[in-house]
Amino acid sequence: MTSTITPDTSATVAISVEEQQFNDLIEADSRIEPRDWMPEGYRKSLVRQISQHAHSEIIGMQPESNWITRAPSLKRKAILMAKVQDEAGHGLYLYSAAQTLGATRDDMTDALIAGKARYSSIFNYPTPTWADMGSIGWLVDGAAICNQVPLCRASYGPYGRAMVRICKEESFHQRQGFEILLELMAGTEEQREMAQDSVNRWYWPALMMFGPPDDDSPNSAQSMAWKIKRHSNDDLRQRFVNMLVPQAAVLGVTLPDPDLHFNEVTQQWDLGEIDWTEFHEVLAGRGPNNAQRLQRRRDAHEEGQWVREAAAAYARKQYALTTTLEMAAS
Amino acid sequence: MSERINSDADSHADSHADDHGHADDHGHVDDHGHVAVDVTTLDAELIEGPSVATADVAEYALWLGDDSLILAQQLGAWISRAPELEEDVALGNVALDLIGHARSLLHYAGTASNRTEDDLAYWRTEPDFRSLHIVEQPNGDFAHTIARQFIVAHYLFELYSRLRASADATLAAIAAKAVKEVDYHRDHSTQWVLRLAHGTDESRRRMITALSDLWPYVDEVFRDNPLIDRLEGIAVRPSTLRSAFDAAIAPVLAEAELEIARGFVASGGGRTGTHSEHLAFLLAEMQVLTRAHPGASW
Repeated sequence: MTSTITPDTSATVAISVEEQQFNDLIEADSRIEPRDWMPEGYRKSLVRQISQHAHSEIIGMQPESNWITRAPSLKRKAILMAKVQDEAGHGLYLYSAAQTLGATRDDMTDALIAGKARYSSIFNYPTPTWADMGSIGWLVDGAAICNQVPLCRASYGPYGRAMVRICKEESFHQRQGFEILLELMAGTEEQREMAQDSVNRWYWPALMMFGPPDDDSPNSAQSMAWKIKRHSNDDLRQRFVNMLVPQAAVLGVTLPDPDLHFNEVTQQWDLGEIDWTEFHEVLAGRGPNNAQRLQRRRDAHEEGQWVREAAAAYARKQYALTTTLEMAAS
Repeated sequence: MSERINSDADSHADSHADDHGHADDHGHVDDHGHVAVDVTTLDAELIEGPSVATADVAEYALWLGDDSLILAQQLGAWISRAPELEEDVALGNVALDLIGHARSLLHYAGTASNRTEDDLAYWRTEPDFRSLHIVEQPNGDFAHTIARQFIVAHYLFELYSRLRASADATLAAIAAKAVKEVDYHRDHSTQWVLRLAHGTDESRRRMITALSDLWPYVDEVFRDNPLIDRLEGIAVRPSTLRSAFDAAIAPVLAEAELEIARGFVASGGGRTGTHSEHLAFLLAEMQVLTRAHPGASW
C-alpha cells in the first residue's frame, strides 16, 4: 500500500528500466504485485474494473436479499442467506484488492453512493418472483463465471487471487440457481410458469453482461494487451450460450430467442440480434430499478453512519487508553 | 426429507458460513474458531436414533425452535442493509446459525406429529407459535438489534450449556452444537454494546434507549411453565438460568456504564400462544409464498 506512483513514461520514446521490467512480467505471464512499478493507465484501469466489480457484488445483494424473508422453505432461506452473505464477502475482498492500488474504501463507497461509479447493469432489474432466485443463479452467476474465470489469471496478483476464491463460490451459486429452477420445473403448473417467465426476463440481460460487441468496446483492447482481460466480449458470450443450451434442455425451459440455432460450420449456437438499445438505456440510468438500488445503498450507508462513527471513536479511545497504560508501566 | 437436507447445496451453505469466519467490524476474523451448524451430521443422529419426540418434548423443542426461527427471520432482514459490509457478513452468520438451530429443533418437534420443519414454520398460525416476545421485537435501529442480541445470546448460551446434559439425547446433541455458536453471538453483541456505549454521545444515547426498550421482555425469558415440571431432567428450568444470566451480563454493563432500566415488565405469554403485535406481520411475510402454493415443493 505504500508503493510510490512513478510518472507514466509511456509517452516518451525511451523505455525506463522499470517499464521494461513491467513489460517483461506481462510478456512472461507473471503477476504484477502491489509494490511493483506499473504504468498509471494500468493502475487506473484496474481500479476502475475492480471497484466496479466490488460495487456490483454489493448492489447485487439487493435483488436477492428481497427474498430472504419470504424464501419458501427453511432450507432455501438458509442457502439464500449464505449466498447473499457471500456477495458481501466478495465485495470486501475486491475493495481490498483495489485498496492495494491506492484507492480508498471511503472514496469508492462515496463514488457509488453519489451515482458516479458503475456497477453491473443486471442488478437494475427487479426480482418479482421466487423463480428469479433461480434465474439469477443460473443465468446471472453463470454469465459472471464465464467472465470471471479468465480473470483468475489476470496479471495483477491481488485481483487474480481474489477471483480464484470468488469463482469457486460463484460456481456453487450457479448450481444452486439451477437447482431452484429444476425444482420449480418439476413442480406445479404455476411453478413451471413462474420459472419460464423468469428465464424470459433474465436471459437477454444476462447476455448483455458480457458487454457491448467487440467492435464497440472502447476499453477492451488495452485491457487484453495488459492481460487484465483475456477473452473478447463476444467470445465469452458465445461460450456462455453454448453452455446454456444443453442446460436449458435439462431444465425443460425455452430460451427466449426464436433465432437461436446450431451452426454446423462453426459448431456453435448462433444467437439472434441483441437489443443494445435496452442495454444502453439501463446503463444510462433508465432501467427499472437504478434509482431504487442506489437509494437503498445510500440509506444503509447513511443510517449506519452513527454506528461507524461510534466504532471509530471507541477504537480511538481504546488505543489512547492502551497507550497511556503502557506509558505508565514503562 | 433426509435427502433434501443432505444435498450438496445445503452442506455448502453450512461450510460457507464457516469459510468466512466471523469478521468483526474491523474485518478481523474471529479466531476462536466458528463452528457452523452441520445439519448433515445432526440429521443422521436424528434419523438413526429412536428419536421420535414425545408430545411434551416436541412442545419444548417447538419453544426453542420458534425462538431461533423468529430471531433468524429478523436478522435476515438486515442483510444488505447493515451499517457496514462487515456487519452484513456478521449478522448473516448469526442468522445462519440460528436458522440451523431452528431447523434441527423444528425437525425434531415435528417427529411427534409427523410434520416437517417446513410444515411447522409455514403452516402454523400465530397462536400455535411458541416464541418469546423478546425475539419478536422489531430490529429497530442497530442499537435495538444489538440489545436484543445481547440479551438473547446470553440467555441461549446459559440454556444450551445446561441442555447439553439433557436426558434426551437429541436435545443434548443439538445443544452441544448450538452452544459454540451462541458463544460467538454473545461475544459479537458484547463488543458492540461496549462500542456503542462508549463511542459517541449519539451512540450512547441510542444504546441506553435500546436497552430500556428491550428490557421489559427479559422477565418472560426466565419464567417457568407447567411443561417444565413434566420434563425434569430433559428440559432446562428457565428460572434456574436467571442468576447465571445476570452474572454474565453484569460486568459488561459495568464496563459499558449502563444501568438496567427498572420500568415496564411485559406480561408476555409467548409460550402459550399469546404474542406481541409484531409477530403477525412477521409471519405474514415469512409465509406468504409458501401458502400461495399449497402442496408445492421448493
